[in-house]
Order: sequence, then structure tokens, then C-alpha cells
Amino acid sequence: MIWGVLQFPGSCDERDALHACEVHGDGARLVWHESRDLDGVDGIVVPGGFSYGDYLRAGAIARFSPAMEAVAEAAAGGAPVLGICNGFQVLCEAGLLPGALLRNVELRFRCHQVELIDERGGERLSIPAKHGEGRYYAPEEMLDELEGKGQVAYRYAEDHNSNGSVRDIAGVTNERGNVLGLMPHPEHAVDPLTGSTDGLAVFDRVARVAA
Amino acid sequence: MTVGTPKYRELGLTDSEFELIVEKLGREPNDVELAMFSLLWSEHCAYKHSRKLLRRLPTEGERVVMGPGENAGAVDVGKGYAVAFKVESHNHPSAVEPFQGAATGVGGILRDVFAIGARPIAILDSLRFGELDSVRSRHLLDGAVRGIGHYGNSIGVPTVGGEIYFEAPYEHNCLVNAMCIGFAKTADMVRAAAAGPGNAIVLMGASTGRDGIGGASVLASAELDEGDDATKRPTVQIGDPFEESKLVECCLELLAKDLLVSLQDLGAAGLTSSAGEMASAGGVGIDIDVAEVPLREADMEPFEIMVSESQERMLAVVEPERVEEVRATAEKWQTGSAVIGTVTEGGAIRILREGEVVGEMPVEALVDGCPLYDLEPAEPEGWIYGNRTTLEETASPEEELLALLSAPSIASKRWAFEQYDWLVGSRTVRRPEQADAAVLQLPEAGNAIAVSIDGNGRRVACDPYAGTIEAVLECAQNLACVGAEPLGLTNCLNFGNPEKPTGAWQLDRAVTGLADACNALGVPVVGGNVSLYNEGPDGPIYPTPVVAMVGELPDASQVAGNAFVNEGDAIGLIGPFEPNFAGSELAKQRGELKMDLAQPNIADVAAACAIVRDAVRAGKLASVHDVSDGGLAVAIAECSIAGGIGCETNVEHLRERGAQPTEALFGEGPGGFLVSGDRAALEELGAVLVGTVGGERISIGAGDRSLSVSLAEAREAWTSLAARAEGYAA
Repeated sequence: MIWGVLQFPGSCDERDALHACEVHGDGARLVWHESRDLDGVDGIVVPGGFSYGDYLRAGAIARFSPAMEAVAEAAAGGAPVLGICNGFQVLCEAGLLPGALLRNVELRFRCHQVELIDERGGERLSIPAKHGEGRYYAPEEMLDELEGKGQVAYRYAEDHNSNGSVRDIAGVTNERGNVLGLMPHPEHAVDPLTGSTDGLAVFDRVARVAA
Repeated sequence: MTVGTPKYRELGLTDSEFELIVEKLGREPNDVELAMFSLLWSEHCAYKHSRKLLRRLPTEGERVVMGPGENAGAVDVGKGYAVAFKVESHNHPSAVEPFQGAATGVGGILRDVFAIGARPIAILDSLRFGELDSVRSRHLLDGAVRGIGHYGNSIGVPTVGGEIYFEAPYEHNCLVNAMCIGFAKTADMVRAAAAGPGNAIVLMGASTGRDGIGGASVLASAELDEGDDATKRPTVQIGDPFEESKLVECCLELLAKDLLVSLQDLGAAGLTSSAGEMASAGGVGIDIDVAEVPLREADMEPFEIMVSESQERMLAVVEPERVEEVRATAEKWQTGSAVIGTVTEGGAIRILREGEVVGEMPVEALVDGCPLYDLEPAEPEGWIYGNRTTLEETASPEEELLALLSAPSIASKRWAFEQYDWLVGSRTVRRPEQADAAVLQLPEAGNAIAVSIDGNGRRVACDPYAGTIEAVLECAQNLACVGAEPLGLTNCLNFGNPEKPTGAWQLDRAVTGLADACNALGVPVVGGNVSLYNEGPDGPIYPTPVVAMVGELPDASQVAGNAFVNEGDAIGLIGPFEPNFAGSELAKQRGELKMDLAQPNIADVAAACAIVRDAVRAGKLASVHDVSDGGLAVAIAECSIAGGIGCETNVEHLRERGAQPTEALFGEGPGGFLVSGDRAALEELGAVLVGTVGGERISIGAGDRSLSVSLAEAREAWTSLAARAEGYAA
């Protein structure tokens, strides 16, 4: 599978994501934010960082980019889309994923290793998280609906929900399951030398939609 | 401005300096010229009290790619790649406004590194504040940490290490030293010298406003008085990491496409400094038309435009036929570019407004004409910094250990470093506190680098010569702990007023110590920065040479951590460690600091570093940690806490090295490595065996001062910083 990684002004993790995609798939390339053409990639990563400086509101400006229009079309067609951190925020702003990300309950940026539970199989993943606005929020009724439809993809393990996310939610999918967003960074967990390789399981989970 | 005081004095120039300017110009300078001279002739830009001393430092080595004089130093790491690095202070702005001061400190040091064509791959920072029980110190700590995080996190460069010390003499002059590491193909690197008369001068990045005007002369070269915070705030610069993020990518793309003749960042003294230095380095002149500079405020005066310290700007020299392509690249990255001048023949820097000359000076006079001063050092008669007793001599050894572990300078800095992204870039092999030095893998070059930044001002205050040598040795030891061999060193000399005898003496002795240590270790100094006049109403700061060293290691997968790993492993001590009470954290807590420090033996420490380095590379050690603040007992406790496993040890043999039991536990000095691993392997390395890993307690035999604490108590003390760092209540 060939991955495309979006690149906005202010993206920080796009090179890490590109590397992770190369490790995971059969190839990967960057997609410039002004490009309406996704260049024939099979799956898309909307990477972390501070697109447009996170000015106005995290993800609020990036969602209007031409590349995001293309991503919305691809997502509607069933293509796998993975939003990481700022990418998760962008996908929520774009309405491709439900809910919103608020400032961490302690009002500080925090970078640390967290443990996640994959809601499907119960698999436990150790992956770094780093964000100041990662507190997942959605209204109660919406949360019940998401849970009912199996759209909660990842939860923080006990004692690992440091940002105050509602119901310990770390990542969600759209109803169809092909769009996944999460706050922790699987692209930073693909090399044993820098921590763990558990992040590859997240890429796998998204890629399986395409299979 | 006081009526009757000449303008030049308000701008920080002395009468004789002003007379020299008049002599060099052949007339009195106008306001534009005076503003430019006052900035470039400030200590911050001209190093007029330190340049002569700095000539003592060794700057050459076979791995040096760029040395002092460029925007950053650089060393060869093999396969055609180089690592660039520099550390710079942003002390005075941070004392006034810690968040923006620290943020723009990071922004500035990043620009120094990408100005030579290297992609920034890591940030480290060295911070000093007053004691943590001071509300002001907590305010400055919180602001500086947030500011560093804000800039570094947003721009996608990991903050991989650093240090924080809390000492009363920094109460009114906190230190914020930021370091950046860059990585480049050596062939793609660029120097700062302007060349080619007729070439265009292009200002890249942000527009120019009134922020930071006079920062270099008004802030950085005068002592801060009480009550200055409010009046000086407008001169602190405001950072925009998003703008810089675009500027980094734009500049690196321009360099990769070979579209620039040279590149220089705009830092202190803004356009004045960067244009002046580029012209001086290239032996050419420069014309700048201030009317072509994109402004934030329309009514800015020419002198304001020339000295503005607005952030996120770079100055490039571009061949005329390539200007369009340069501008198109800037547009792609949504950042600014404007042709504001031309490289000229002859040696004049001319400032024009819509073609009309408003200032004209010989480059040589402006950049290199400032007189250099000799210092008049005199050793103080005794300890000038005061003492405060926070731990009584009657305390039990357990109480002493816990007091040291919870001392803010020793306790875990997790609270701070978790506010930084330490992993972006996928190079960080060792996270902060996992090992004694940060380790970054370089897959492109097939190896890795290690970085350490150190400088214990208290020990330097006790003996500026020996203390500075110790700072260099501490770096070398930290590198050895991860199996790295030093390639080069940079430094930031944070001192008090060099025009006073004590300040001059501290600076003189420290630079001599730095030179002697670097010569003995064979490590070249590839760059440096000086921050003087760090004095407040209570006197000068501790003399604080912050030393940063970069080393190379062949295989990042062989790096040992500092945590005890295996139950039953032997624990050993390697190196010529001779614990001494003088200048120690315990001496501080007991209120017994004085002018005294043991003289280190550099050669013996270097030999121990080589043994440890080789052992780490050969995978012979399960853990390795250098013995530093708080002595051997604290080092033992840190290894246990990090590993979540206790130990049974005995340090009585240190009596043979002249240490009393309390000194054996908590005495400090260079040269000690605490290692764990297979007993036979440790013996083979010549380690003195001191105990065994295992259990739930940290027990240390030391005659009548033997102690034992539970792992939980020790951890609680060592992790107590977060609770005390937050909150503004006294």
C-alpha cells in the first residue's frame, strides 16, 4: 500500500509520519497542502504538528486547504485516512470525525509515553503522546451513539488519561471505520531504538480497511 | 532621558568611545549612525571585555568544519555530513518577560543553525533561577519552561536535554541559555560573508516592527535595577514559531537549490548587525534602503528599522538573476522576501531612504572598530555570596540523603521536560533522564551523536578555574556514559560585571580553566557566546560558564542507561573520584560555602572516561551514571529510583581517598562513574566494587553514617519538584 502524508505550513511530524509509512507500507510520499490531487495514493495520513501555527483554533485553518477537500472525497470513497494529533484535530474540524479536542485539563503541553487499549481486540499499545489540546470531548448522547456503533477506536489505559478525555477516549473512527483519528503518535513508535514499535499496529488497523 | 546627558551615554557609549567614533567618521555621527554604533559597540555584539580572553581557547581540530566567527560551529560526523551547534544566552529578556524571553531565545539559536544550512534536529537548554521558595523564581521558571516548549514544540524540533539549577544569586538575573544542534550535508553548508558587488540583499521572513528596539544596548549591556521590569518590557521581542517554521523550510530549500550566495540571521541589533557582519566578513560594502523594508508600522524612523529586533528574519545575498526564483520559493512557503539593498564595492555601509543617504559609515569602523579592553582582575578576599542554612549538622544521614534528593537542583526535572516534545524527528534514542547525555541517531551518517550541557555556577564561584574545568569534565563524563567520544565544544559565559575587579577575576580564571581543560582533552572550541553584566541589587550571579559538548558514538543500540537493571548485578565505582565537602550541595544546605574547591586532575579523569566509553561500546555495562551533584549516595539513589530496584552498598573504602564518612556519602568532585553489571566484567575494568543491586531499600554503609531508606521514600523526595514548581503562593 502507498501512503500519502499531507504537508501544511507548520506541520512538524510529517517527516516522521513519512518514515513510519515507509516502514509500514510499500512506499510513501508527501502531499503538499495546496494540491487537489492525491497523486494516486492508497491511504492518507494527516500528520501532527501545528498547521498554520494552530492560530484561531487547532486545525481550524488547515481544514480549508485544497488537499483536505481531496481527503474528504477520498474518505467518502472509503479510502483509509489516519489523523494523528493535529491531524485528528483537523479531521474533527473538517467534520470527518465526530467530537472535538479541548485544552488538556492541566492546561499544559505534556509529552510522555502512554498506554492505549485497542477497543476491538483489547490489545495494549505503548505509544508516545504529546499535546496541549488533546482532551477529547463530545456530548453524552453522541458518545453513547459512538460507543454503540463501535466508533471508539482507542482508550487510554487506567492511569494514562492525563489530558482529561471524556470516557478515556484516545481515538475514534467515522461510522464507516475508514477514517481514524487519535491523539497519541503511532508514527513515533516504529523503531525499537527510539522507544517501541507498537505504532505499526495503528497503521495496520487503518490499512486493513483498504484490504 | 536626563536633561544634559549626551545621547551617546544614554545609549551606553563612553566619552572616549564616542570620541573614537567621531575620529573614525571625521565628523559627529547622526542619530541613525549613533544608534548603529551604540549597538555594534555594545558588549553583546563587540565582546569588548571578553574578546582578548577568548583568544586563549583552542579552536582547531581535524574534525572542525566551521569554527568561531560563523553563525554556529560545526564538526564532521562522517560520510559527508556535519553536525552544527551553538549555545546562546537570552538572560536579560527572560528576566523581564520569561515566556517571550525564553521562546525567542530558542527562535534565535535555531536561526543561527539553519543560517549555515543545517536543519535543526535538537534543542537543549540550561536554566538558572533563584531558590524555588521565591515567588519570582517560580514565575520565571514557569514562564521560561512554557516559552521554550511553546517555540520548540511548535516548530517541530525536539528538546532533548538540559539542566536547571536554583541558587539565590540568580534571583534577579535568571539565566536562559538555549542550544541548538543542526545536521547538514557538509557540501550544502554556507558561510555568512557577503560577496559579489551588484548582488541583491534580500530580507526574508517576518516584517519589521518596533519590538526589541534597543534590546542589545539597553538591556543586554546594562545592569538591571529593581523596578526595571515595567519600563523595559517594550524592548522584549515577541516570537512567532509558525513564521520561523516556514522560514526554516524556505531557507533550507533555497540552500538545497543553491540559490543563495550567503545567509545570515537577524538577532541582536537586527539589520545593523547582520548587514555589518556580512559586509565585514566579505570585505565589501552594503547599501540598504529602509524604504524597501516591509514594516508593521508605517511611521518607523530609519534608525528604528535598522536596529529593530523583530524576530523570524534572515538576510540573504542573492545573484540578481536568481532573485525571482528566491521570491517564488518564499511565496510557496508563505513567508516574506524583499530586495532591500545591494552589495557594493568599497567598504562602506550606507543607509538610504528612498534613495537619499541617511547614514554612511566605514564597515571596518562599525564592526571591528570598537576598542577592546583589558580586564583589571582582583581576587575577592573571601566568599561574597552569603550562606543560608537549611539543613542542620545534627541531621541523620537518611535526612541528609532525602534533603539532597529533593533539592530542586538535584530532583527530577520531569515536570519541565515533559512540557517539551523530546521525540519529534525520530532521532532521540535516549529520553531526558534515561541516560547522562542525550543521544541522537544519524541514520544518514550511519552513527549517532551525544550531547551534554553543564555548568555548576556554585562550584565555579568557589574556584572559577577548577569549577570551569569541572564543567568541561562533567560534559566529557556524560558523553563517556553513553559511549561517545568528544568532537567539539561550545560555551556560553554568563558572568557579572567585567569592569569590576571580582567579575574580571572570575571571567579571567574561568576562561583559563576552559582553555586548559579543552587543551588537555584535545577538544576544540568551535564557538561561544558571552553574557556579561548579570548583576542585580544583591550583587553578581554565580560565575556560570555553561559548557556544551558534542560527541560521536558508532552504534546507538549499545547505549547503556543510568538505571540499575538486574537483581544481583554488581555495583562498582570507576575513576579518580575523590569526594570533597567543599562546594557541595550539602555544604550549601549547611550554609558552609566558601572559596575552596579541590583541584581536578584532568588527565586521570580523561583516562577513566576512555575506560567507560570503551566498556559501554562493548556492551559490558548494564548501567552507568556519573557521580555529580549530591555525591555518591545521590548517584546510587538515582540509579535505584530510575530502575525501580534497591541496592546494598558500602562506600567506606573512600576513606582511603581521604574522605570522612559524610564526605564519602555526599562529597562531590569530578571523575567518578557509578556502574553496574556482571561482577567479573566490572573487576576487569578496574572498578572498585561497592555493592549489589536488589531489594526494596537503598542501603549504603559508611561507618557511623551508614544509612538505609526505602525506595518509595527516595522516589517521593526525588520526584517532589512538580508540586513545588507550580503555584505562585509563597
